[in-house]
Amino acid sequence: MSVSLLLLAIALLALIGFGLARRRALSSAGGNPRELHSLPGYYGWHGALMTALPALAGLLIWLLVQPVLIERSVSAHFPADMIAADSSLALTMADVRRVAGGIDVALTAGAMKTDDAGRITTDLAQVRDTLKAVGVALGSDVTTEVLAAAQDYRRLAALGATGRALLVLVLAIAGMALAIRATDKDFRARNRVEQVTLGALMLSSSIAILTTLGIIASMLTETFHFFEAYPIADFFFGLTWSPNFKGDSQLGILPLIWGTLYISLVSMLVAVPLGLFAAIYLAEYASARARAWIKPLIELIAGIPTVVFGLFALVTVGPFLRDYIASPMGWGDSGSSVMTAGLVIGILNIPFISSLSDDIINAVPQSLRDGSLAIGATKSETVRQVVLPAALPGIMGAVLMAASRAIGETMIVSMGAGAAARLDLNPFEAMTTITVKIVSQLTGDTDFGSPETLVAFALGMTLFVITLGLNILALAIVRKYREQYE
Amino acid sequence: MTDTPKSGSIFTQTGLMAKRNASEKRFRFYGLVAVVASLMMLAFILFTIFSAGLSSFRQTTVTFSLELTEAKLDPKGGRDPAKLAKVTTVGYNKLIGTGFAAAIKEHGIEIEGLTDKDAAGFLSDEAAANLRDRVLADPTLIGQTVEINALVMGRIDGFMKGRVTAESAANDSNISAEQLALAKALDDKGLLHLSFNPAFITGTDASDTRPEAAGLGVAILGSAYMMLLVIVLALPVGVAASIYLEEFAPKNKLTDLIEVNISNLAAVPSIVFGILGLAIFINFAGLPQSSSLVGALVLSLMTLPTIIIATRASLKAVPPSIRDAALGVGASKMQTTFHHVLPLAIPGILTGAIIGLARALGETAPLLLIGMVAFVREYPGAPPAGFSDPASALPVQIYQWTQRSDPAFVERASGAIIVLLVFLLVMNTTAILLRRRFERRW
Repeated sequence: MSVSLLLLAIALLALIGFGLARRRALSSAGGNPRELHSLPGYYGWHGALMTALPALAGLLIWLLVQPVLIERSVSAHFPADMIAADSSLALTMADVRRVAGGIDVALTAGAMKTDDAGRITTDLAQVRDTLKAVGVALGSDVTTEVLAAAQDYRRLAALGATGRALLVLVLAIAGMALAIRATDKDFRARNRVEQVTLGALMLSSSIAILTTLGIIASMLTETFHFFEAYPIADFFFGLTWSPNFKGDSQLGILPLIWGTLYISLVSMLVAVPLGLFAAIYLAEYASARARAWIKPLIELIAGIPTVVFGLFALVTVGPFLRDYIASPMGWGDSGSSVMTAGLVIGILNIPFISSLSDDIINAVPQSLRDGSLAIGATKSETVRQVVLPAALPGIMGAVLMAASRAIGETMIVSMGAGAAARLDLNPFEAMTTITVKIVSQLTGDTDFGSPETLVAFALGMTLFVITLGLNILALAIVRKYREQYE
Repeated sequence: MTDTPKSGSIFTQTGLMAKRNASEKRFRFYGLVAVVASLMMLAFILFTIFSAGLSSFRQTTVTFSLELTEAKLDPKGGRDPAKLAKVTTVGYNKLIGTGFAAAIKEHGIEIEGLTDKDAAGFLSDEAAANLRDRVLADPTLIGQTVEINALVMGRIDGFMKGRVTAESAANDSNISAEQLALAKALDDKGLLHLSFNPAFITGTDASDTRPEAAGLGVAILGSAYMMLLVIVLALPVGVAASIYLEEFAPKNKLTDLIEVNISNLAAVPSIVFGILGLAIFINFAGLPQSSSLVGALVLSLMTLPTIIIATRASLKAVPPSIRDAALGVGASKMQTTFHHVLPLAIPGILTGAIIGLARALGETAPLLLIGMVAFVREYPGAPPAGFSDPASALPVQIYQWTQRSDPAFVERASGAIIVLLVFLLVMNTTAILLRRRFERRW
């Protein structure tokens, strides 16, 4: 029985469980639902849940355990030194699975007879031809041991499938029987069902935690692997970034951090004045009508995918800066530069700063403004000397959040900033960032043992720590500020 | 009070007051400039994208009649499909090349210095492939003379759209002046058409050298699969998590931790989710690389905080009196939540979900890490098996096209952005309409 068929069977049994439990509850109350503790539907749900949940859990555990057990038993076919080397065993097991899968394909395609399939353990050439005929090409390193192992694998897998079906069905029927036995007019079916629902809700909310744990765990382990292969001091204090997949790489993070911070700085120089002034204008000067139009329009910028900004940087901003500013002034002739990426990220960040600051400025109590205006300050003096100082912590929070976004931005920098890691002050030179290097080290054909690949995880960890720190700081500032006026 | 102000009437402006008023005007002006500059930039970005991309929806083809000679396409006769398939695109290429040269002569076009190679190179390699598909689908065509609409090569297409000019072609080894002259002559005779190109939306990606044939079909399908899976995975989990946190969770350290966690997850750079996907879903769990399933898992985790935050806000907006009333007539807490509070919060939840989905649709960086940079020419299969087939996604396809050398791909990428923006616009408009239509003020 295949897994999907089993799932269907479980669903069917759960349906039956629903009907049986509900009927039994009603008949125990003499057909009068008012005699029951819970609504009749809850008895049905209890029956269905009791049928399905144990069976599903059993199926899940079986699916997780079976491959491990089969692999262990099949690997007995191979010499001991091969098992010791972890990677070659993994490769051979992949071959075994492919041969086994190929034989199954050949069986369903009718290119092999059922009795033949089980017997062929020696004639490699014949198997190769038959499998090729059905479109499964075998590598030259497939040996007779692999073939024997594949046969073993098929036998065990078939056994496993039968066992799995048996276990699941037994669990489902036993669960159903238990549920039906428990069903009685005084049985608290609703409470039980609600307990299960609550459990499901709790499980869902723990996924957020699991995600964070997953991020940290996956990056930490790989980062540790990286530091086993590459000295930690050279990574954090190295001034050169020149990965070389043949070995002997220099993987210093400082040029990347410099590029990241430089680009973020340029972007903040664009986004903070524009965003802040736009927010002040919207909050203090614009009429309600204009505000209702302008605010969503500015927020539209935030809804545009970053890859669009990337193309804009690559095709429009980069060549413009090169042809009209950098080249005539003799500052360089690179289309991708810190300036290009910084400007475009700045545009992207305007709506974040303006929207957040707008909310914060609006939250400043009107009485402060009234007091200032009453003693004769002009509107701009009120804004500069009363409203902004009061809103400053919140605005700082918004700016920090925008900075963290600029640091974590990937597509715009990989299309607009270039790929050359260098420590330079000239903003019209191409520089690169942490995120760009994560992408370039992890895409393409990569070997997950080499430090050149693993360094991406260390870079990711660094990025995660920086942005997380900025966000926690920003949230703390905003929260503290909010309490001030409440 | 020893200092009395020197100024006399309050109706005349003093020097200081004039200065202060000027500074007031300046300040206000700066604000206006910031707003206008932001809006101008938005308009400018959209303008550059649209002006570069709209032309990708139209494609140049050349119409001529071609004899499908039996000797070339089915030398043995008998129309055996297996034998017909033996004739590769190279064979068709020759046939179509000589046919095109003959058609040029037939129409009385003579270009000085036009070699046969130039004439054959005028057409896209894809034209032969298309013709082959057409013949294999309908072998009775062999031996007949048919009218064909052949794609021309990308540079000629660029010439028709004004991207390639005689000057730019002079330094371009991929096109000769004779070919441009031929294009002009064919255009004068009315044989060259610039018409709507459905293959751009439905077709598959094409290799570096034939931008004229590149289409978005695989990317759109891949994005659609992922969005479907994101809805199925992220929406129930997100809503369940918010219900727990908003309605049931006790106030303790653990739930505090979950809340801080969620707001921080919303701010984690998207590329970090890509690293997570690579490490856990691909390396650890062994799910297939560049499949829409893995893409959807990563995007779901990324969208989850957005959905949770929106759902919690809309659950919070349901007034407590609703809960009190339900509890008062004897409903359990679970019944109150699921029968009364949740239905009232649904418009807000849907709005949040659509906005989260729109963000996920435009996300590129995490997908690059899970292997979606591979060149995919096959449509993914039908779900559910197709979810694990290699697929592309709209934003990734855009990124890939921008990385290619032929400038025709910039046009294609801009066109793809227009498609993406249309999808986003539809989703966001739906969200706004939902909010307008169903939002209740309590």
